[in-house]
Amino acid sequence: MAYSEKVMEHFTNPRNMGEIENPSGVGTVGNAQCGDIMRVYFDIDEAGIIQDVKFKTFGCAAAVATSSMATELVKGKSVQEALEVTNTAVCEALDGLPPIKVHCSLLAEEAIHAALWDYAEKNNIVIEGLKKPKSDIHEDDELEEEY
Amino acid sequence: MPRQIYLDNAATTAMLPGAVADMLPFFTQHYGNPSSLYTLGQDAKTAISDSRARIAKHIRAQESDIYFTGSGTEADNWALKATMEAYSSKGRHLITSSIEHHALMHSAEWLEKQGFEVTWLPVDNNGFLNPADFEAAIRPDTVMASIIMANNEIGTIQPIKEMAAIARRHGVLFHTDAVQALTHIPVDVEDLGVDMLSASAHKFHGPKGVGFLYIRKGLKTKNFIHGGAQERKRRAGTENVPGIVGMASAMDWCMERFDERNAHETELRDHLIKRVLTEVEHVRLNGGHEPRLPNNANFSFEFVEGESLLLTLEQKGVLASSGSACASGSLDPSHVLLAIGLPHEIAHGSLRLSLGEDTTMAEIDHTVEAIKEVVVMLRRMSPLYEDFLQGKKPISAVKQ
Repeated sequence: MAYSEKVMEHFTNPRNMGEIENPSGVGTVGNAQCGDIMRVYFDIDEAGIIQDVKFKTFGCAAAVATSSMATELVKGKSVQEALEVTNTAVCEALDGLPPIKVHCSLLAEEAIHAALWDYAEKNNIVIEGLKKPKSDIHEDDELEEEY
Repeated sequence: MPRQIYLDNAATTAMLPGAVADMLPFFTQHYGNPSSLYTLGQDAKTAISDSRARIAKHIRAQESDIYFTGSGTEADNWALKATMEAYSSKGRHLITSSIEHHALMHSAEWLEKQGFEVTWLPVDNNGFLNPADFEAAIRPDTVMASIIMANNEIGTIQPIKEMAAIARRHGVLFHTDAVQALTHIPVDVEDLGVDMLSASAHKFHGPKGVGFLYIRKGLKTKNFIHGGAQERKRRAGTENVPGIVGMASAMDWCMERFDERNAHETELRDHLIKRVLTEVEHVRLNGGHEPRLPNNANFSFEFVEGESLLLTLEQKGVLASSGSACASGSLDPSHVLLAIGLPHEIAHGSLRLSLGEDTTMAEIDHTVEAIKEVVVMLRRMSPLYEDFLQGKKPISAVKQ
């Protein structure tokens, strides 16, 4: 598997790995059957700024590196800004992923959305543009068929 | 950078310097085409027949029953496709197992697409076939059976002799893929009673790109690669002379040391298995303890994923392999691990360690320490482990 140096660097030294006690929002996506599960925890202040973010991931190096990079990209941002962090942005920040691993970056985006959804539900608010995340992105079968 | 500990000898092996030395003159001095009539060509031809005789002797085959191929994969493809085709007037049914190497499995799947019928025999949770299941699967239109002698992932050794005898009783041809078995466990085609057998040189310190298929005299298996009259008109293409010489040389070396290699690898394997099973929590050995290849250990570590395991082990100097989907370039975990009944998420956390005769006890101990550190580190990162510690239901159980 040809990973970029950046992917290997984030895999070896993942940023924001861990848990947050009493998080403002937490989301878990993926499927152990497919070999990837990501969980993202947010600590969001009253102004809607992501003060802290942590992740836990069961998966390959690409899954760990995209979790690490995605959490870096949303840390300190507003909820609205975090929503705009796409899987493409995560991929680019990692200097690309092997084609078969691109679905890992989708998982990272999905994990962030799932945690934001949980935050919105807990606080009874509506985040504009945020859709209820699918509990399992692998329900999207076309991804697997491609390979 | 730590010193490298190579525990992936089932993937490939380092070439023997002696075998390399034996090959070299056939690149630059005796480079003639074995089909040419002048001395330069005949020297090469003599080297091939000498190699063939030595290889045949090691497996107690007739010299004329050894056919050189470009790989073990080619030997498997040839055995299956050409035999099924040659005997198609008798029937179109093939029996194989659910734990074959991809070379065999994908050839059988291709045959299915051509209208042949394939029975895929199951294995038990330890990875063993039941000869009674095999006998029950035989039908009047069964042409052949192909069963892997020793599995490349979990190292289990099948009762080939017993199944070959059953096949013979029913007039069914029997092929075995002995790629992982050869030079590690006794392989004697007369004793086993097999009709065909595949092998590959680079699994026993020979060169890559060369293997052989044993075809018992009298079989109608036709040629698979068409062209010139090489290999008694059954496998066309100018012979890989240096490769064949190197394969024979490596096999001689391994077979001369058969007992000591087997004893050394078995001792290290047992030490490795014992330490991992007693010192790491939530781990299982894949494949039964015996009979098992002397150089194979395969574990599943719960809550961790195989590719991450491999890459972090590499950073500690240990080179191994995994049946995890991510490590294989596909999205599905190994069919062998699924066939022994592992749930997907456990199959994803598998690690295969395959030893060599130069592996040392100190290297095994270093590897166990590395595994312990890496597994703790990856579990700390794993949401599955967090849920387990909190007594929550496994995520996969919720999803299914």
